[in-house]
Amino acid sequence: MSEQELLLKVRDLEIEGRSDETWSPIINGASFDLHKGEVLGMIGESGAGKSTIGLASMGFTRDGCRISGGSVEFDGIDLVNADAATKRGLLGKRIAYVAQSAAASFNPAHRLMEQHIEGPVQHGVFSADESEEDGIELYRKLRLPDPENIGFRYPHQVSGGQLQRAMTAMAMACRPDLIIFDEPTTALDVTTQIEVLASIRDIVEQFNTAAIYITHDLAVVAQMADRIKVLLKGDEVEEADTRTMLSNPQEEYTKSLWAVRSFQRDQKPMAPASETPVVSLKNITAAYGDGTIKVLHDVSFDIHAGRTVAVVGESGSGKSTAARCMTGLLPPMEGTIEFDGVKLPADYRDRNKDQLRQAQMIYQMADTALNPRKTIGEIIGRPVEFYLGLTGTAKRKRVEELLDVLELEPKQYIDRLPSELSGGQKQRIGIGRALAAEPKFIICDEVTSALDQLVAEGILRTLAKLQDELGLAYMFITHDLATVRSIADEVVAMKEGRVVEAGPKDVMFKPPHHAYTDLLLSSVPEMDPDWLDQLLEERGVDNIGDAASSKI
Amino acid sequence: MSVLLWVIGIVAGLLAGGWAIRALGRAINLPSKDANIYFRDMPFLASVGLAVATFAIAVVIYFYFIAPTPFFVWAVNGFLFFAFCAFIFRLLGRNVGTEGSKKLFRQMPLTAAFGILVIIVYAITSIFAGAIAPYGQEIVFAKANLLPGGDPATGGDPAHLLGTDQIGRDILSRIIYGAQNTVGIAFITTCLAFLIGTSMGFLAAIKGGWVDQLTSRIVDALMAIPQLIFALLLMTIATAWAGSNGFLVTVYMVLIIAVLDSTRVYRLSRAVGLNIVVMDYIEAAKLRGETLSYLVFKEILPNAIAPLLAEFGLRFCFVFLTIASLSFLGIGIQPPLADWGTMVKDLAAFINFAQFSPLTAALPLMAAGAIALLTVGVNFVVDWMLQKTSGLKE
Amino acid sequence: MQSVGMIILQRLGLGLVTLFVVSVIIFTAVNMLPGDFAQAILGQGATPEAVEAIRESIGLNKDPFTRYFEWLTAALQGDFGTSFAQVSFSEFAGSDTGKGGIGSVTDQLVPRFKNTLFLASVAAIISIPLSLVLGILAALYRNSAYDRVVNVSTLSAISSPDFFLAYILILALAVINPLFPAVSNVYDGLTFWERLNASMLPALTLTLAVTAQMMRMTRASIINLLASPYIEMARLKGLSPMRVIVKHALPNALAPIINVIALNLAFLITGVVVVEVVFVYPGIGQLFVDSVKIRDIPIVQACCLVFAATYILLNLTADIASILTNPRLRHPK
Repeated sequence: MSEQELLLKVRDLEIEGRSDETWSPIINGASFDLHKGEVLGMIGESGAGKSTIGLASMGFTRDGCRISGGSVEFDGIDLVNADAATKRGLLGKRIAYVAQSAAASFNPAHRLMEQHIEGPVQHGVFSADESEEDGIELYRKLRLPDPENIGFRYPHQVSGGQLQRAMTAMAMACRPDLIIFDEPTTALDVTTQIEVLASIRDIVEQFNTAAIYITHDLAVVAQMADRIKVLLKGDEVEEADTRTMLSNPQEEYTKSLWAVRSFQRDQKPMAPASETPVVSLKNITAAYGDGTIKVLHDVSFDIHAGRTVAVVGESGSGKSTAARCMTGLLPPMEGTIEFDGVKLPADYRDRNKDQLRQAQMIYQMADTALNPRKTIGEIIGRPVEFYLGLTGTAKRKRVEELLDVLELEPKQYIDRLPSELSGGQKQRIGIGRALAAEPKFIICDEVTSALDQLVAEGILRTLAKLQDELGLAYMFITHDLATVRSIADEVVAMKEGRVVEAGPKDVMFKPPHHAYTDLLLSSVPEMDPDWLDQLLEERGVDNIGDAASSKI
Repeated sequence: MSVLLWVIGIVAGLLAGGWAIRALGRAINLPSKDANIYFRDMPFLASVGLAVATFAIAVVIYFYFIAPTPFFVWAVNGFLFFAFCAFIFRLLGRNVGTEGSKKLFRQMPLTAAFGILVIIVYAITSIFAGAIAPYGQEIVFAKANLLPGGDPATGGDPAHLLGTDQIGRDILSRIIYGAQNTVGIAFITTCLAFLIGTSMGFLAAIKGGWVDQLTSRIVDALMAIPQLIFALLLMTIATAWAGSNGFLVTVYMVLIIAVLDSTRVYRLSRAVGLNIVVMDYIEAAKLRGETLSYLVFKEILPNAIAPLLAEFGLRFCFVFLTIASLSFLGIGIQPPLADWGTMVKDLAAFINFAQFSPLTAALPLMAAGAIALLTVGVNFVVDWMLQKTSGLKE
Repeated sequence: MQSVGMIILQRLGLGLVTLFVVSVIIFTAVNMLPGDFAQAILGQGATPEAVEAIRESIGLNKDPFTRYFEWLTAALQGDFGTSFAQVSFSEFAGSDTGKGGIGSVTDQLVPRFKNTLFLASVAAIISIPLSLVLGILAALYRNSAYDRVVNVSTLSAISSPDFFLAYILILALAVINPLFPAVSNVYDGLTFWERLNASMLPALTLTLAVTAQMMRMTRASIINLLASPYIEMARLKGLSPMRVIVKHALPNALAPIINVIALNLAFLITGVVVVEVVFVYPGIGQLFVDSVKIRDIPIVQACCLVFAATYILLNLTADIASILTNPRLRHPK
C-alpha cells in the first residue's frame, strides 16, 4: 500500500482535557502516517484516547479538549493551525466521519436523504439531484433494503444496522479521501454487525478511500485494517501491519491482549441423567405487564452442580427474562422452577431466607450493582451478617477471607467506596457479595461485557476457580461467544423467547445446527484476518446478517 | 421619537465598534500566538459583545465618577463591598480549617463563597437577634416617624439609627428581628414541607402501583392551581377560622405553604427515588429479603441526600419568597411580629422622598433587599452544588 | 403507536378533567369556611332573620352537591354569582339577587381581566424575544465572560422578590427620573399609547422577573441540544456555524422553546398578583387580593378559577406543541 502517496501525517500529537479548571493530558504524543487507500485500525481499551485521536485527525476537538502540541498534516495542510474556514472546507468534503451511534448522529428532524445530500450541496461537489441519485446508488452498494425509498424515511423509522450503513453512505457522499470510523458496529448485534462490516469494507475498497477504523474489538479490526496501532491510556504501544501484529506482537501489553482469547477451560462431562439438577426450569411462559406480550414461551432447561450453562442469544431473546423468573422478580404465568428437586414459590417475596440465599446474582454493570455510598466491607459484610448471623470481628474476618479469595488485598480495600475501584475490581466485589451468601447457584448476567478484555479474562478465571473449589452451578447469560467458548459446559441458544437449541458446548460449536444457532455462531468475528473473506465465500453475501436472520 | 433615535444610534455604534475591534485585532500582530488566533477566528457577535462590554463599563464609570447619583454610587459600592467580603471569606476558607474544607474552598467560585457567607451572617443574626438588636421589636417610642441617619438636624435621632416607623418602633431593631421571624418561619415551613414531601415521594417510588397512582394524582390536582393563588385562597379561609388571633394566622400559613410546597418536594423525591429503585443494588437487597425500612434508610436515602439538599435550598428560597409576598400583601405573618414583607409594605411610601432624603427612600429597599440578599445567596450556593454534581457525572 | 390526533385529544380530555377537579377543590375549600357564607357576609352582629334571608337567596339550604353543580353550570355560562361587597342588606331582605346586575362578579371580573391580559401581553412581547436571543447567545458562548455575567445576574433577578424589583424600578424610572408614573392609573377611554405608558413600570417589572427565568431555561435546553451527537455530526460535515444552528439545532429546539415560553407565561399569571398590588394596577390580581382581605367569597372563587384555567391552558399548549413538533410522533413507523 505504501507506494500510494501520503495522505495524513500525524506527529507527536498531544491533547489535553479540562477537568476542575485545570488541563490534564489525554494523549501523550501519537505519530502515524496514512497513505491513500489504506485502512489503519486503532485499538485500545475505553479511555485509551482512540476517538480523541480520530477526531484530532480531522482537526477537530470536542468541547473541553485542546491540541497542545504536535502536528496534523492532511495532504500538506496543517490542520492544527488552519483557520476555521479552511477546516470547514475539508470536513465532510475530503475527510468524513462515521459515528458510533448512528441513531443519535442522524438529526431526528430531517429525512435521511436530506441529510445525505447536505454535504455535497454545501461543498459544491454535486447538485441536489445528482447527489440524490448517487445516494440511491450508494444505498444499493451498501445492500440497504429498498434503496430507492429508504432515503425518504426519518431516522427513527429505520433500524440500527441500516442507519449505520446509511451513515457510511453519507460519509461517502462527497467521495472523501479519508473516513474516520469511530466504533461503527459496537452498538449492534453480532448478526447485524457482520453485514455492516462486510459492506463498509467493500465500499472502502471500491472507492480506494483511506480510513481510520477505531474499535476495541480485536477480531473486528483484524478483518478491516491493513495496519494496526495499539493505544493504552493515551500512549502509543506499537504499530505494525495486521498480519505481523497478530502473529508476532512485540510489546507485553499487546501480547496480553492477544492472549485473552486463549483462555479455555476444559469442558466437564454432562451430568448423569439420574442426578437431580440444582436448578430446573420447567415449561416457563412469562409476560410483562398485563400478560398480553409474552416474552418467554415454554422454556425448559436444567443446571447441574459444578456446571456452567451459557444462555446465548441477541438482545430481546429473553435470556435476562429467564433469569428474572428464576430469581422470582417476574413470577411466570405458567411452569415451575425447581431447586434441588423442590418447587420454589414463584414470587421472591414468598421464598424463605434459605431459598433466597441459595441463588445469588452477579450483574452486568458493577456501577449500578454496588451502592456507591457503602464501603466494600459493608457491601460484602451485609449478606454475611444477614444470612449467617455473623457480627463484629467474626464478620470482618469473613469479609477479609472473601477479599483474599478474590485476590484483593483486604487491608487496602475493605474501607474503600466502589468509586475508588476499577471496573474489574468492582465486578470482583459483586462476586464477593454473591459468594458471601454461600450459595449453590449463581446467575452471571453479562458479567464481562462491560469490561475490557484483559480484565474480563481475569474475572472468568476467578469464576472458574471458584466453581472448581466450591462446586457452584453457574448460569451464564451472554451474547459474547468468546466467553461461551472459554467457560461454558453446556449452551442454551434462545431466540424470541424460545429455546432454539441446547446441548454440550463441543456439540454446539460443531455443525450442523439449527439455522439460527449456526448464524449466531458463525457471525462472531475471529482473530484470523481472512475470516470474513472465508465466511463470505462460504455463505455468500445474502446469507449473513438481517437478510439471513429474516429467512429463519 | 428622540428615544428611538438614541436607541438606533447606540445599536449602530455598538455594531460598528464590534467590527472595528475585530478588524483592529486582526490588523495588529499581538505578541501571543493564541491571541492572534483568537482574533482571527472571532465571530462578529463576539466582537460586538466586546464592544457592548466596553460601553457598559464606560457608562458605569460615567455615573460613578462624573455624574454621580447617590443610589447608583451606593449600589456600586455595595456590590464592590460584597465582592470584597466574599473574596476575603474565601481566602480565609482556603487557609483555615481541615484539608477537606480547604480543598472545597479552593474549587469554589466567588459567588458560592458569597452565598455561604450570607447564609452564615443571616443564621447568626436570626439566632442572636435579641442580643444584637438595640431594642425589642414591639417597643413603641414617643417619637414616631424619625428619619434615618441619626442626625437631629435632618430629623433623626442618634438613638434610632434608621429612625422609627409611623407608630414609633425602632426600624433597625425590627429589621434585625425580621431576620428571626421571616427566616425562622420560612425554615420551619420548608422542613415541614420536606418531611411530608420526601416521605410520600419515597413511599410512592418504592411501593409503586396504586399508592403511587393515588398520591401522584392528588399532587397533580394540587399543582394545577398556581401556588400563590392557591395559598391566597386557603389563607382567606384560614383568616376566617383564626379570627383576630394573629398567631393562629401565622400557624395556618405555615401549614398551608408547607402542604402546597410539599407537592414539589414529592415530585423530586419520587423521581430521585425511582432512579435509585431501578438500580441493581436495590434489586440485590430485595432479593436478599431485606425489609422496607432497611431499603429506605440504608440503601436509598444515602444516595438521595445530594439532590435533596440542593432542592432544600431552592424550596427554602421559594417558601421564603412566598411568605414575604403574602406578608407584603398583608395576609402573611401578622403584627406585632416584625417581618420584612410587612415592613416593605408599611415603608413603601417613603420611596417618594428619594429627591430630598435618599436614606429615607432606601428604607423599604433595605427590607426588600434583606429578603433578596438571602435568596440570592442560597441560590448561588445551590447553583454551585448542582454544577458540581452534574460535572461529576460527565 | 398512536396517531398524533388521538394523543392530542387525550391531552385535551385530561385538561378538561383537571379543570373539573380544580373547580371541585376550589368549591370544597370555600365550603370549609366556619359557619357559612351568610355568617361570613354579615359578621357576628347580624340578626338571625338577615342571615336566613341570605341563606335563602344564595341557596345555602340546598345540599353541597346541588350547590356545586348550580355554581358550575352558572360559571360555565359566564355567571359567577354576586359579589358580597356590592350588595346591601336591604337587597337581600327582599328582592332576588339580580343576575348580571350591578353587583355581578362577571361585571367586575371582565374589564379587570382584560387589563391584566394587556399587562401580561406587554410583558410577554418584550421578554420573549429578548430572553430567547440572550439565552441562545449564552448557550452558544457558554463559559465565556458573557455567560458568567448572565448566570449571576439572572440568578439574582430570579431570587429577588417581585416587589424588590418593582421598587427599584419605581425609584429609578419614576422618582429620580420621572419617565413613567409610579401608580398605574388605567381606565377606559385611554389611548393605546397612554395605556402603554401607564402600564410600563408593572410590565417592566414582570419582564425582568420572567426574562431571567426564561433565559436560564432557554440556555439550559439549547446547551442540552448542542451536546447531541447529530450537532457534532453536522459540524463534522463542514457546515457553517449558521447552518448548523438554523438547519440542525432550531427544528429540534422548537419543542423545548415553546415549552419554556408556555411555562413562563404561566409564571406571569402568578407574578401579576404582587406587581398589580405594588402599582395599584386595576387588574384581576389586585381584585383577587382585595377580595381575599374582605373575604368576598364569590370573587375569590371566580378569580381562582380564572387563574387556574389560564394556567392549565398554558401547560396544555406546551404539551400539545411538544407533541406536534416531535418528528417521531409526526411520522410514525
